Amino acid sequence: MSIEPRSPPPQFAFRLKRALGGRAGWGGFALQILFVAALAWIAYEIVENARANLAAQRITSGFGFLRNTAGFDVSQNLIPYSGSDTYTRVFFVGLLNTLLVSIIGIFFATVIGFMVALGRLSPNWLLSRISGGYVELIRNLPLLFQILFWYLAVLAALPKPQQSISMFGLVFLSNRGLVIPKPIADPGLDPFALAILVAIVASLLLQRYARRALFESGRMIAIWPYVVGLLIGLPLLTALIFGKPVTFEIPELKGFNFSGGSRLIPEFVALTLALSMYTAAFIAEIVRAGIQSVHKGQMEAGASLGLSRGTTLRLIVVPQALRVILPPLTNQYLNLTKNSSLAVAIGYPDLVSVFAGTTLSQTGQAIEIIAITMGVYLLISLVTSAIMSFYGWRISRSLAA
Amino acid sequence: MKRVSLVFTLALAAGLSSGAASAQTLKTVTDRGMLSCGVSAGLPGFSAPDDKGNWTGIDVDVCRAIAAVIFNDPTKVKFVPLSAKDRFTALQSGEIDVLSRNTTWTLSRDTSLGANFTGVTYYDGQGFLVKKSLKVNSALELNSASVCVQTGTTTEQNLADYFKSNNMKYEVIAFASADETVKAYESGRCDVFTSDVSQLYAERLKLASPADHVVLPEVISKEPLGPMVRHGDDQWFDLVKWTLFAMIDAEELGITQKNADDMAKSDKPELKRVFGTDGNLGEQLGVTKDWVSRIIKAVGNYGEAFDRNVGAGSKLQIARGLNQLWNKGGIQYAPPIR
Repeated sequence: MSIEPRSPPPQFAFRLKRALGGRAGWGGFALQILFVAALAWIAYEIVENARANLAAQRITSGFGFLRNTAGFDVSQNLIPYSGSDTYTRVFFVGLLNTLLVSIIGIFFATVIGFMVALGRLSPNWLLSRISGGYVELIRNLPLLFQILFWYLAVLAALPKPQQSISMFGLVFLSNRGLVIPKPIADPGLDPFALAILVAIVASLLLQRYARRALFESGRMIAIWPYVVGLLIGLPLLTALIFGKPVTFEIPELKGFNFSGGSRLIPEFVALTLALSMYTAAFIAEIVRAGIQSVHKGQMEAGASLGLSRGTTLRLIVVPQALRVILPPLTNQYLNLTKNSSLAVAIGYPDLVSVFAGTTLSQTGQAIEIIAITMGVYLLISLVTSAIMSFYGWRISRSLAA
Repeated sequence: MKRVSLVFTLALAAGLSSGAASAQTLKTVTDRGMLSCGVSAGLPGFSAPDDKGNWTGIDVDVCRAIAAVIFNDPTKVKFVPLSAKDRFTALQSGEIDVLSRNTTWTLSRDTSLGANFTGVTYYDGQGFLVKKSLKVNSALELNSASVCVQTGTTTEQNLADYFKSNNMKYEVIAFASADETVKAYESGRCDVFTSDVSQLYAERLKLASPADHVVLPEVISKEPLGPMVRHGDDQWFDLVKWTLFAMIDAEELGITQKNADDMAKSDKPELKRVFGTDGNLGEQLGVTKDWVSRIIKAVGNYGEAFDRNVGAGSKLQIARGLNQLWNKGGIQYAPPIR
């Protein structure tokens, strides 16, 4: 029986020294402490001086203004809002408008971006040249210019509400935006919504069943007729039994504008169009790079298995490409969100426009408001990054499995 | 716009955190050799660069008058064009020495912004501009209209009040600059453009066919427009305040750009005080004795500045109205120089 040489006892103090001070030891540690203390002192001095000087000039400071009445109106509010609400409410109205345009913009930018990338990689000469032309044209023009183009050149050229383009007397397009009938809930809505939910859950279960059948016994089951039947048939059936789920409020022209119905304001449309088309050009290049980073042999392997080009892309190439695509894609999502603050140029009431603009000017509390606004953009960006990281983690896990 | 206000905010944070706020604006301005004056980015009659790049307008003349008092040279002004929503931050941060930018005097602006109004350059009120083809004769017929307005103005709040108190619905589209607002109005995005009446007349001149647009008769608010300075420097406050008062008093006394030199030789005790041949009123303000004649030689009296920029001698052709002197039917009234 051999005796293993005993490892020396862990030198706790030594490890701590290395961990805190790096190679420089305790000296490095002291230096770090000093550095942090100096930073803290500078920050403290800045805050204290600002506070003292604000007081000396008798500029109101603090966050009490958030409880004051705003006294101005906003053209698009997702939550009920009127001029007699507080600045806090204005903040949320602006924040929701920013989030709305960002989320919808990200959705369309991703869809257009993927389509353009696939088009650019397509063996079809015309399609690939058109996609290439799109990328080169859009990404080389300033974003603000594109926003103004959509707003002032395209949407402003639409006819006046009195001469609006009407579709079946239900949908109206004019320079005041797109007016559509507004759904109003009827008693039949609850069972209707429930039926849709049931149909979705059933479809997902069906898909799982078909997958298992494919992997375990190699049977291909075409589930789409059942899915269509479920998704359309079930809600239709409940509507027949419980009565129609919604009635539509038809917009009609009264005075200067349409009353009734829901409306997409042109500022929103112009901003969403410009943001998603601009970002899509960058996403297209990212996706193209990602797909091309996957070895050619993968595509050939798919082809030799008898899979079509589309199926090979969807099942084999894109999942591998996503690992490369995700980090720069996250950057583009963050850019789009931050670029949405250009809304102020065309009067879309986003956070920067109504809060860091109007509210700042009315209250004069620049430091507080800019700090809040910066904090909010930071938070939105961090949340977006976190979601994308989580998605990336899931993909690499499923690829590793 | 966002970047501009961010720059000012950072400047504000930096300016406020670097030692004591400078209470000696006059000394700072004298040392710099230049007055920094915040004006509107382009509002004919009030402040706008002409075709040679010279700034003109009644707000501009107030700045030139202050420069004349300090340097005896009305050209020693650096004009800083500001949007409505950036103007106060620029003043607070010390970027400008005085804000002379058709700004309405209100209680909250006079207190919580850390600034003081020094007087009233122009008594204005808010009105509405509409296309003649709409056949609207009164603001009360504007129910359901879309209204274009410049953000960060009292206009935006008056608008909300007016439509609410008259039980009318409307859609507001607020833009950061006056140019964008007018462009949206002209493109048909809005039925109505609302602002101070003087501004409506000025902007109407810039439209493709001014005759197709009409200013509605209703004036829905009081908009006394005047210069602003920072809190905490009473000497500077007095100087800016009395520069405007001197222009108004000069008109009342009949002193004009042309006759200023002759009037200065007058024996009348009142004129001797004004021209500094008797007493030391100018020195009490911290400037030279001949401060009034410097102002008048540079920009003329209040009436002359008014006529040249917005009144009969200008394209705007705005009547004196409320801005006539108190003894001629208006409400312009300055405390006596003595």
